[in-house]
Amino acid sequence: MTAMKPTLPPLTERSNVLRWLRRNLFGSWMDALLTILGALIVYWVVKGFLTWALVTADWRVVAANMRLLMIGQYPIAQAYRLWIGLAFLMFLSGNSLGIWARQSRFGPVLLLAPALLALLPFGAEPRKWLIILTVTGLAGWGLGLLRPEVLKRSVIAGWVISLPIFILLTRGFSESASGFMPAVQTNLWGGLLLTFLLTVVGILFSFPIGVLLALGRRSELPVIRLASVGYIELVRGVPLITILFMAQLMLPLFLPPNVTIDRVLRAMVGITLFSAAYLAENVRGGLQAIPKGQFEAAHALGLNGAQTMIFIILPQALRLIIPILVGQFIAVFKDTALVAIVGLLDLVGIARTVLAQPEFLGRQREVYAFISLIYWLLSYGMSYLSQQLEERLGVGKR
Amino acid sequence: MRKTFWLVSLLVVVSLVLAACGSPAATEEAAAPAAEPEAAAGPAGFGSTLATVKERGSLICGANSQVPGFGFVDADGNFSGIDVDYCRALAAAIFGDAAKVEFRPVTAAERFTALQSGEIDVLSRNTTWSLARDTELGGNFTSTTFYDGQGMMVPVDSGITSLEGLEGGTICVQTGTTTELNLADVMASLGISYTPAVFEDADSTFGAYAESRCDAVTTDKSGLVSRRAVLADPAAHVILDVTMSKEPLGPMVRHGDDQWFDIAQWTVFAMIAAEEYGITSANVDEVKSSATNPEILRLLGVEGDMGLKLGLSNDWAYNIIKLVGNYEEVYNRSLGPDTPTYIPRGLNSLYTDGGLLYAPPVR
Repeated sequence: MTAMKPTLPPLTERSNVLRWLRRNLFGSWMDALLTILGALIVYWVVKGFLTWALVTADWRVVAANMRLLMIGQYPIAQAYRLWIGLAFLMFLSGNSLGIWARQSRFGPVLLLAPALLALLPFGAEPRKWLIILTVTGLAGWGLGLLRPEVLKRSVIAGWVISLPIFILLTRGFSESASGFMPAVQTNLWGGLLLTFLLTVVGILFSFPIGVLLALGRRSELPVIRLASVGYIELVRGVPLITILFMAQLMLPLFLPPNVTIDRVLRAMVGITLFSAAYLAENVRGGLQAIPKGQFEAAHALGLNGAQTMIFIILPQALRLIIPILVGQFIAVFKDTALVAIVGLLDLVGIARTVLAQPEFLGRQREVYAFISLIYWLLSYGMSYLSQQLEERLGVGKR
Repeated sequence: MRKTFWLVSLLVVVSLVLAACGSPAATEEAAAPAAEPEAAAGPAGFGSTLATVKERGSLICGANSQVPGFGFVDADGNFSGIDVDYCRALAAAIFGDAAKVEFRPVTAAERFTALQSGEIDVLSRNTTWSLARDTELGGNFTSTTFYDGQGMMVPVDSGITSLEGLEGGTICVQTGTTTELNLADVMASLGISYTPAVFEDADSTFGAYAESRCDAVTTDKSGLVSRRAVLADPAAHVILDVTMSKEPLGPMVRHGDDQWFDIAQWTVFAMIAAEEYGITSANVDEVKSSATNPEILRLLGVEGDMGLKLGLSNDWAYNIIKLVGNYEEVYNRSLGPDTPTYIPRGLNSLYTDGGLLYAPPVR
């Protein structure tokens, strides 16, 4: 393609703000009316919200219960373990940014976020840790910039073991209360911590199961195909809440009286199995979009069935469905709120107990606004990351 | 070639399963003992609940996490409220340690299933004692810990003074509760037509009322009192002088384990008796050493073996009083005059003060 010189706009079309306004917002009397009406509505909504948020609202309920909202009833003396886990994740994030997103100016700014949060009125202990988070993040970033080739493998290994490490730190090791990192029972896990763990476990485990189910549905072996179709259609045919009810309330009826399966684990399994069925259909959509020629070309090169799938088909199919996958992951994140209905104190569950504290009765708006903000920030974060990934992989462009 | 593919798939599945088992959350599965010797022993009606609880080392209490004064989580992460303190008393009676209780928040809709399926050992969650619940839901109410009654709240400026005034109006009510059924019964018997606006939880019910989405709101009077206190202008709302129901609230256990039922019931009686005899957590040691009343001596385990008859130790009631308190202490901690959720004792006074609280003799 030959490069074209950009065409300069004609001199009379000198653009300025007034001209732009007149053309786009006040082109006709109808446009003008709509513009004014729209502006008024925006003004009322924004003014109403700001008046409430800055004047009427009493945010003490959130400040006093910050710990409950973040980690639930998790013992405060053991909270340092969660901070260590977070610091590890921050280091890995910084490292990854340094290695794979060297040009990005946004990355390092993101690493400063915890330090900025420390400006909010938290206690001394959280402040100290928030600053440590930024320091470890920046340290990881710097190392990644300096030695990208050396660290590539270790950072990937780090991500692989990050979830088990985080869960181990949360759960603890020693059974006795005085030992090293005493165990914290899962009934004390709550707030954002529980929401986070349910989401991450749900996403990580449902993904491979979903891919296998999708492949199984396209299998030529009838038993595997029928089993996959049966599973997918059965699970997609019932609401998640019924699966959670089954897991939390019906399961004990079928188990011997002394066998108890941890409730949080039951919720994790329920969410994983539910999400896997949806993912399977998303992946199948991606697989169907791959032209037959790709299979034939792979065979012509002498690849066997597994190699064709792993090296040729799946990478293309998964790249195609990144937007749908991320949509599903965000859905999983928000669906975890349903565990509040079966009595787990996740972010929504703990918010509802906070509302029953006698000194904060009637503070629904503040509490729900705060947890909505958390949900939105994290959902938008996932969405933003996926857009970056799409850009990198050129989804929809090549 | 296909073989390799399936081998790879199998490997992935196996590693996933291993990963799931290896995750620490899975290690909490308790090893199932082959048999329960306790269940077979003991006289008829003795179930395995006490043995299970003792072996587990903690009581699992189905609690409410959303009712001010009865069950909620305070800012330090501790469960609090009168229903919650009952479970602490039960744990104190069994273990001599009021902290050996695990609270499991249950919602109105799932509470009975949770009790039946053995998810919880006892349900202490402002649950109304009624015939149907006592029979077909497979539970037994132990005794009443709080006498309540359903009321109706309306805005003062609506001018409504009786239920008849609500003809054609909308009434906010929480779904899945006896409140909803009572409302239908009472209104049908009076021939008043109304539109129920039902909500899943108490917060939304009262939120809708506060936003004037309905003409009146109904729930137990205890709930109305504490909810009215936090409305924008409490004086602008009036609780009508009607009591639409009897609402005896109390802890509930599963059918079929009479020993466990007795323990759960006598825990309540011990707290009431302690108030009657003036024994508090502060003076219980002094009373124990100086008392001469044989009833008190039996209650505190100085004489007789009342605790052993229940399958507990003889200092069961002493532990309840020492670690949790008598009924009055528990009541005042959550619903007393110094709390934002103050409810006058009323029917919940001792029978000697004109109330309904009456503990059978410890003999």
